[in-house]
Amino acid sequence: MQESYGYLNKIDKDPSNLIKGLQAVQATEGYVSDVSIIAVADYFSLPAVEVEGVLSFYAQFKRTKPGEYHICVCDGTACHIKGSTLILDWVSTELGITDGETDENGLFSLETVACLGCCSLAPVLSINGKVYGNLDRKGTVKILKEYRNK
Amino acid sequence: MNISDKITKIRVGTASCGIAAGANEVLELVKKHAGNIPVEEVGCIGHCYAEPLVDIETTGGTVSYSHVAATEKAIANMFELGEDNRFDIPAGRKAKELHKVIRLAGRICPTSYDEYIENGGYKGLKKAFAMQPDEVVGEVKKSGLRGRGGGGFPTGMKWGFLAAKDAEQKILICNADEGDPGAFMDRSLMESVPHQVLEGMLIAAYATGATKIYIYCRAEYPLAIKHLQIAIEQIYERKLNELNGRSLEIIVKEGAGAFVCGEETALIHSLEGKRGTPRFRPPFPTDSGWKEWPTMINNVETFGNVPIIIGEGGDKYAEIGTEGSKGTKLFALAGDLKYPGLVEVPMGTTLAEIVFEIGGADPDNVKAVQTGGPSGGCIPVELFDTPVDYDSLRSLGAIMGSGGMIVIGKNRCMVETARYFLDFTHRESCGKCTFCRVGTKRMFETLERIVGGKGELEDLDFLEDMGNKIRKGSLCGLGQTAPNPVLATLRYFRNEYEVHVIDRQCEALACNALVDVQLEQSNCIKCKLCIKNCPVDAVSDDFVIDNNKCTRCNTCIEVCPKNTIFRVKKGEGFYSE
Ligand SMILES: Cc1cc2nc3c(=O)[nH]c(=O)nc-3n(C[C@H](O)[C@H](O)[C@H](O)COP(=O)(O)O)c2cc1C
Ligand code: FES
Repeated sequence: MQESYGYLNKIDKDPSNLIKGLQAVQATEGYVSDVSIIAVADYFSLPAVEVEGVLSFYAQFKRTKPGEYHICVCDGTACHIKGSTLILDWVSTELGITDGETDENGLFSLETVACLGCCSLAPVLSINGKVYGNLDRKGTVKILKEYRNK
Repeated sequence: MNISDKITKIRVGTASCGIAAGANEVLELVKKHAGNIPVEEVGCIGHCYAEPLVDIETTGGTVSYSHVAATEKAIANMFELGEDNRFDIPAGRKAKELHKVIRLAGRICPTSYDEYIENGGYKGLKKAFAMQPDEVVGEVKKSGLRGRGGGGFPTGMKWGFLAAKDAEQKILICNADEGDPGAFMDRSLMESVPHQVLEGMLIAAYATGATKIYIYCRAEYPLAIKHLQIAIEQIYERKLNELNGRSLEIIVKEGAGAFVCGEETALIHSLEGKRGTPRFRPPFPTDSGWKEWPTMINNVETFGNVPIIIGEGGDKYAEIGTEGSKGTKLFALAGDLKYPGLVEVPMGTTLAEIVFEIGGADPDNVKAVQTGGPSGGCIPVELFDTPVDYDSLRSLGAIMGSGGMIVIGKNRCMVETARYFLDFTHRESCGKCTFCRVGTKRMFETLERIVGGKGELEDLDFLEDMGNKIRKGSLCGLGQTAPNPVLATLRYFRNEYEVHVIDRQCEALACNALVDVQLEQSNCIKCKLCIKNCPVDAVSDDFVIDNNKCTRCNTCIEVCPKNTIFRVKKGEGFYSE
């Protein structure tokens, strides 16, 4: 067990906690790397393929490093009806990346998600968990500029 | 209300919807100016369209403010009990709603055990403790409560199954996965009144003899998870979890973003740390569930109803509602309407009452309402006098589902909406059943073709045929219901499909492949904003949009200060050679 994964020690080694372990890795590193998969497999005494099998089932787990600012454009029903595809288009154009990508400087990454639970403010997006609602193009571009200049 | 009234307390709504609208910034400013006046954070009262919301309690009563901006001016206005941004509950909502389950939501501090107690909290649990476990099950049976997670299974009967089991371990699971994209009833409850949901679980555990409780919560709901955890600590401190002669563990587990994990057998697999694939039932979870122990799963809102049932008695509870559906139901109203938010109405309230009177939607601009999310269907406005309960919605080819209700305006395309849902379900299919895995993909591809302007009339028959096969050939509810959005739109909006495949047009002007974009020269002030902002240089120097280049991204339409750029029918726009 590598020392850098010491935070896993807080979790009970029962394999039913595998998802929790992977979530801890992702919360710390932002994604789950090949190295992490082996460390987690070691920790729970499971074959690495089984860890990968579970991990690939769940949309939450990222296999590539996200940017400093991770943008989730909501494409739940309410947001879709209210034009989330346009929002995605505008963000994409503004940042030069598409769904699932991270930009060259590692500053922004972009992903679509299904519902952030703020449907009454649709369309919405979140950046590192902070939700912005009632978006139009102007608002969207302004928010991105603010983050870029941070 | 007099100027001389003294402010005694200030409440700021800081549920997710409030925070997204800027409540945290407002809270900070309010705190800065409040001096000795207590400032409290509360949950969501359901009027999400009006966020951020602030209640000023004074010696003369409460004054509420909506759309509060985080500016010194707006804050000063409230401290002076000024007239700007005063908030009143719209008359339609006052008249038609009945708040029982969300009675305390947004009125008390979610993480204050004492405030919950002061407002009648844990009275149901106390009352239950004074009864025999089977009497508690009996009250729930009498109440007629049906599961709020979508299936509508009689809750009392399910409790009876678990109670009858004689096993060393019995597991209770709260399904807080809320997978319907466009629904937020469970989020609101957990964020705003976590103790009420937990009280329901404790009563259930007492009645069924459960030995452990799991709450499986959607990872996108960090605030709900936080509030639950605080409330669980408070329960532990007061030893409310000591029942049936042992101390009960309550464990919150985060989901990992898979819709199918809302299905109960998939959820159990996920809780065991495995891939979330459903399995064949029987055995039902109450016979063999988590690690093969008898396991019972109920939804968050189902648990939220329990303290009320035990508190007022099953018979009293059953006085509200329809023949087959008792009590009240929460709906997450969103889409094309004036007052989106969380509403609670008696079962049997009509769709028209919910959408028009409560939601304030414009009757001239509503085409349909989508209930039950990706498993449900749309109901056209002509059928809005249908009372909302489990059975009437099913007879229309929709389902009640968990309570997501999306109002669809006239300017939206039903074919595109159906395509959206199949895009969702084909990606969320776990892949176990061939019909679900491949069939939903074929349906999705067919719909893509139709909205792309390449569909044929035969495609509509294919969709119907394939939809019926997927229904029959799938193991779990995901596949069995996945074709619903398509079958329902084909039933009620077949003409829209036909216009797409025969005329190659989209009357709602929503499908990008079937529209052009045009600039109306007569109103143009030549500000060049469209030219500057177009990402593909499709606007010429003399303000003509070339539809060969245009990607229909709407940027020019949004930036035009004179609203002189429009989507028009395919073929009406300009095309370069
Ligand atoms: C694909 C699928 C997704 C589901 N998602 C949820 C969900 O997000 N929340 C929920 O409570 N029930 C969901 N259910 C229903 C559950 O399987 C189960 O019936 C319910 O949690 C039982 O609780 P109840 O009797 O209190 O409704 C889903 C079912 C299917 C087939
Ligand atoms: S649909 Fe976007 S927040 Fe719910």
